[in-house]
Amino acid sequence: MEEKLQALIKEFRDHEGNIISLLQETQELFGYIPEEVVYRFSEELDIPASNFYGVCTFYAQFYLKPRGENIVTACCGTACHVKGSDRLINNIKRELNLTGDQNTTEDKKFTLEQVACVGACSIAPVVIINRKVYGKMTSDKMAKELKTLAAGRQ
Amino acid sequence: MNNITIRVCMGTGGIAAGGTEVLDTFIFLMKQQDIPANFKKECSTHKVGCRGLCARDVLVDIIVNGNRTTYQYIKPGMVQKIIDDHIVAGNPVSEWQVTDDYHRFHAKQLKVVLSDCGNIDPEDIDAYIEAGGYKALGKVFVSMDPQGVIDVIKKSGLRGRGGAGFPTGVKWEACRKAPGDQKYIICNADEGDPGAFMDRAVIEGNPHAVLEGMAIGAYAIGATKGYVYIRAEYPLAVERLKKALIAARERGYLGKNILGKGIDFDIKVKLGAGAFVCGEETALIASIEGQRGMPRAKPPFPVHSGLWAKPTVINNVETLANIPYIINKGADWFSSFGTEKSKGTKVFALTGKVKNTGLIEVPMGITLREIIYDIGGGIENDKQLKAVQTGGPSGGCITPDMLDINVDYESLARVGSIVGSGGMIVLDEDNCMVNVARYFLQFTQSESCGKCVPCRIGTKRLLEILDRITKGLGKESDIELLERLSNDIKSASLCGLGQTAPNPVLSTLKYFKDEYLAHIRDKKCPAKSCKDLLIYTILENACKGCGACLRACPAGAITGEKKKPHTLNAKLCVRCGSCFDVCKFKAVYKE
Repeated sequence: MEEKLQALIKEFRDHEGNIISLLQETQELFGYIPEEVVYRFSEELDIPASNFYGVCTFYAQFYLKPRGENIVTACCGTACHVKGSDRLINNIKRELNLTGDQNTTEDKKFTLEQVACVGACSIAPVVIINRKVYGKMTSDKMAKELKTLAAGRQ
Repeated sequence: MNNITIRVCMGTGGIAAGGTEVLDTFIFLMKQQDIPANFKKECSTHKVGCRGLCARDVLVDIIVNGNRTTYQYIKPGMVQKIIDDHIVAGNPVSEWQVTDDYHRFHAKQLKVVLSDCGNIDPEDIDAYIEAGGYKALGKVFVSMDPQGVIDVIKKSGLRGRGGAGFPTGVKWEACRKAPGDQKYIICNADEGDPGAFMDRAVIEGNPHAVLEGMAIGAYAIGATKGYVYIRAEYPLAVERLKKALIAARERGYLGKNILGKGIDFDIKVKLGAGAFVCGEETALIASIEGQRGMPRAKPPFPVHSGLWAKPTVINNVETLANIPYIINKGADWFSSFGTEKSKGTKVFALTGKVKNTGLIEVPMGITLREIIYDIGGGIENDKQLKAVQTGGPSGGCITPDMLDINVDYESLARVGSIVGSGGMIVLDEDNCMVNVARYFLQFTQSESCGKCVPCRIGTKRLLEILDRITKGLGKESDIELLERLSNDIKSASLCGLGQTAPNPVLSTLKYFKDEYLAHIRDKKCPAKSCKDLLIYTILENACKGCGACLRACPAGAITGEKKKPHTLNAKLCVRCGSCFDVCKFKAVYKE
């Protein structure tokens, strides 16, 4: 890990020095952006940590907290919305016991994310489970998939 | 020996429906039976006179000695029968073939950008070259000077397909004339509009057309470097784009000394990190530079001062994909399609409550009625059409009495909507227009970058008002407040996001004021969609006592014995609608 971080820092210095690319690669390594890594970058590259924080929080794809083993991404695009994604999401939350703004289960098995549109509108409503796209999703099918995943990983 | 080609839809839609498994099954079984065939990975998103109908996936083409048969809804278990009956015995399986409405879906379409999409393997550069690909690039380099290219594009009347509709040739010319030692061309593939997926489909189906268009553009403006800024939410498109780049470099269509003509041009892929506002030119530039993607005031325009303060042209995916076809077939050919001011074709993502959802390409000026009823096949479940929403969060609604309107930049603008990037969402009687407006505001509000006050705070207030109306807490004065606030946000915001964010509100207020009033005065949602205004009851004479609702209810609000009518306790009900969904006897009533 240390070597990889060094390599990232070196690349940043040698090339165009793009904060977004640096953070994308960091997230590739850790699955999220750990705070201590940001401070490390800040010190070694002489860039205020606030710049990193600013970029992280601006873009939807950076995570400041570790995520669950299984990523469930529910599409909230217009087509999915008019085909009932709201209710689907509420059912997923209930199935996973997620309350309020919580999006990762206590046991870190599942993270539920919502995205604006994955561009698969003709098969709405769409849910992506661990990068596999499921079209014309229903609450029943969803519950089955979640149960299979929960059982499979135990 | 029969010449057999099997094509399986393998776009995002096709893969989701099981395209990979279907293709694998074909490969496995054909090998087992020792039948030679070419396996082409086909993009589901399009095919000349064929694809686009993702709702029917998995679509499979069987071409035996040039005779094509198309099957729909194919699952791996059906493959053996197709091989036995069709390929071996020569009798196509009629009951699995596409039906008449499939052909009607394509009859009124006109494919330019999508003409090769779905016909060719997007991961095979030779397939593109065989279909005439990179011929335009050769033509430009050998026999045209940069100004000549610009003149052709100007004459064709091509306008930006990303939404604003700015003439492409004029943009190129301005960049060509701008002083600067380094110039850039950027392909904007940050398709953030919810409800639009044409750019994804084009890149997944025919990435080389976009690259060729960029190379021609680069030659015209004098750029040596290009970027494709693409959403990370489109993993398949990114993968195919990267493969296409490698192949194009290997063949000498990109890189140093292209086609031996002493011209250098190369392209880098930049992944977006999830921000709708980055579709705005200046925000996109900031994002490529590694900053927060916040727009800045224009002028200076990017053609004068863009990426790293150098002259930069930013074109949308569909715009660029049009370029090779225009160069090959000429400006007059292209401008023969469309209306006086809107030339050529436009790709739309037809979705929502229409029978045939999918990707369509139509000549500009076609009527909305033709799109919805001839291509789209009418409204799902034969319900009543309520409105067509175009242009996504920046657009507006068109009502059924305006169905004969021509779909082009000017006509849609006249009725308060826009062509936009091409999302076209059909809404029926079950969709609440206040809820739709609230949905878009929620989107623009969370995607507002926060730089300017009217957008950051204005959209927040708009959303709050819409929120309370859908909860039955609206006030009579809210209507006027919504209108005033909307107009202020439109006129005072810095960039296109804020300037257009109130459009869904203004448009629904204009055509569906009754619905707003019903929510405010009567505390009722006429479409029975706003959760907080609904009351669920179980109809005693229709309930068979099957217990499905009882099991589905998360709140324990339903009680009753088996085979006897159940009852619903309104005090415990959380209005989730689960009981309504599971009841097979229509015994759950909502109002």
